[in-house]
Amino acid sequence: MSRIDVMKTYKLYINGAFPRGESGRVYEVKDSKGKFLGNPCQASRKDLREAVVSARAAQAGWVYSTAYLRGQILYRVAEMMESRKSEFIDVIVASEGKSVSAATNEVSAAIDMWVWYAGWSDKISTIAGSTNQVSGPFYNFTIPEAIGVVAIFASEKSPLLSLVSAVGGVLASGNTCIVIAAEKSPLAAIVLAEVVATSDVPNGVVNILTGKSSELVPWVGSHMDIDAVDVSGLSKKQESEVRIAGADNLKRIHRFTEMQSAQRVLAFVENKTVWHPIGV
Amino acid sequence: MTKFEYSPAPESTSIVDIKSEYGLFINGKFEPAKGNKSFETINPATGKPLARIAYATNADVDKAVNSATEAYKKIWSKMPASERGKYLYRIARILQERAREFAVLETMDNGKPIRETRDVDIPLAAGHFFYHAGWADKLDFAGLGNSPKPHGVVGQIIPWNFPLLMLSWKVAPALATGNTVVLKPAETTSLTALLFAEVCQQAGLPAGVVNIVTGDGSTGAYLVNHPGIQKIAFTGSTEVGKGIARAIAGSGKALTLELGGKGANIIYEDAAMDEAVEGIISGIFFNQGHVCCAGSRLLVQESVLDEVTTKLKSRMELIRIGDPLDKNTDLGAINSKAQLEKIHELANSGDQEGAQRWSPQCELPTDGFWFKPTIFSGVAQSHRIAQEEIFGPVLSILTFRTPQEAVEKANNTPYGLSAGIWSDKGSKILWTAQRLKAGVVWTNSFNKFDPASPFGGYKESGWGREGGRHGLSAYVKVVK
Repeated sequence: MSRIDVMKTYKLYINGAFPRGESGRVYEVKDSKGKFLGNPCQASRKDLREAVVSARAAQAGWVYSTAYLRGQILYRVAEMMESRKSEFIDVIVASEGKSVSAATNEVSAAIDMWVWYAGWSDKISTIAGSTNQVSGPFYNFTIPEAIGVVAIFASEKSPLLSLVSAVGGVLASGNTCIVIAAEKSPLAAIVLAEVVATSDVPNGVVNILTGKSSELVPWVGSHMDIDAVDVSGLSKKQESEVRIAGADNLKRIHRFTEMQSAQRVLAFVENKTVWHPIGV
Repeated sequence: MTKFEYSPAPESTSIVDIKSEYGLFINGKFEPAKGNKSFETINPATGKPLARIAYATNADVDKAVNSATEAYKKIWSKMPASERGKYLYRIARILQERAREFAVLETMDNGKPIRETRDVDIPLAAGHFFYHAGWADKLDFAGLGNSPKPHGVVGQIIPWNFPLLMLSWKVAPALATGNTVVLKPAETTSLTALLFAEVCQQAGLPAGVVNIVTGDGSTGAYLVNHPGIQKIAFTGSTEVGKGIARAIAGSGKALTLELGGKGANIIYEDAAMDEAVEGIISGIFFNQGHVCCAGSRLLVQESVLDEVTTKLKSRMELIRIGDPLDKNTDLGAINSKAQLEKIHELANSGDQEGAQRWSPQCELPTDGFWFKPTIFSGVAQSHRIAQEEIFGPVLSILTFRTPQEAVEKANNTPYGLSAGIWSDKGSKILWTAQRLKAGVVWTNSFNKFDPASPFGGYKESGWGREGGRHGLSAYVKVVK
């Protein structure tokens, strides 16, 4: 008799833990042939709020750690992902119906993208900052700083790659985040959560929710403690919804067309200019 | 401190030639509004009318946008960047040549002291054009992304607190990056914008590159929602800024916002006290406190509260309030009746909520709009005067014990525009500067501005920066 597989219970990832959704709701995910794959959680507004609390609490620790350390931690995520490459490929093949070679390419690209973003962490102020030649006896400089808490909607097109491309960028610049995984294919995101959990990423820096993005869009838009949103994974209509609700606290809202892009690192920063007098 | 008495030293107004009526500036020419609608602009220091200003109708705004679009397509986008830059240099030079005229006119229309228009507003406005002129043909080196491109037609709405200076913050980078402009000045302060239109004519700027439509909030709203505009730049209140963000959601228009603030000015116990007191004064009483980045919340370390308060009061006794055209005047008129009422309302809330009000003994002129320099002590974090932007010469004094508490209190506001830090210890200054959620931090100084220095806010103080390399990015498109 063949062995019975141990199936995985897919859960949310909030503050370094894997809780079930507070509402107790799940939704069924099947493979391309209709075979049952899992019952991921359908995150609620309250789960989102928990995730924001966790991301906010993790902000100071993450942003005031050294950029060198952040770079090493992002690189560590690549190391952990490499060692679990086959699991990612299996999940993508099963849940997205892609060929093994296509899935392999996507996972390899995702790992390499972590490496690319890891190298950004300590170069941001060199690239995006400045010292400014003001007309007076002042040392004047501008430094890009993390905006704070960023919500990210992953895209259905390439759920894993779109997620890594967004998360890598916002983490490199010192932000913490809440990710809403692709609704139809959330499983790779949950495997990624397991990788993040074992990669020295401090608790709360990355939080991953699964569920119906249409249900979470208005709550992300109106949450007053979310500072910015990456809407690349949303429709134009949903983006407008986030923009209208997000005006309440003037969220910084960005959409990106390229996966691996310096803009993704540099968009979620706030520039601070400091004037200091020169004199004896 | 001794208060010296000075004889009146009013600046002559003979240098300005104020017309009885002003038209709109569209396609390089002045023209009346459709149906000859107009409104009055007054001198807030006397309450007397200065001129009538054309009130742009929707059809006038359409015409201005159309003129900007044609100028963009046919002339401005085709012109070599180096030639574009030369027009900006010309404008900068003409502003310098006519600086005295602009300073007097600005003081008459706005109510701010001639000392400030002469030494700050106008020189900085010219400086902005000169600085951005040089960027026009160097944008590829600005690190803005791959091959930055202009948006096209930019709609710009500016406030009444620094009329010509805010115009220059908007128009100079827009033109340098290759956009054309439709600008709407504030209702109460249109005159220097219209004089600037003459400067554009003198500079030979191609018709339609800069268009100026005067009017009120509804004119601005129509401009914002105009389909012919690709980018909007707004400076004004947070409430209006949020409204613009909602109105254009989904339109694909780019938007930058410079909005309100409630800046913390942090005085550590080891600060050089006399200098710090000067910084407090310039932080809140510069431009009658009509400054979005004003240091309107004073955070004083508890151990030096008495010393700071005593010195501050004694310094405030020396503030000269009165005729803005007098060269010795420190504090001019409040810009409008509406603004004066708002300041009274918030100051009264300070009394009602239990803070203690103090102002020096001083005579206020009988005509026009005036408010005494005022401080409130015993202010709690929850008081309206600690949370809301007053936009007047009113300072709220709060205290702290540790640097951590100072940062916590400074950041406890939805705004994030400016902050000041006064201390003799460099490492403490930088630690504090690092943790403040504010776009501009002045250390051992306050209210310094420069075209090369990016300015703008965190959180609800706005989107984007103006000035410096960072300010250019608001006016270009790059691949994301």
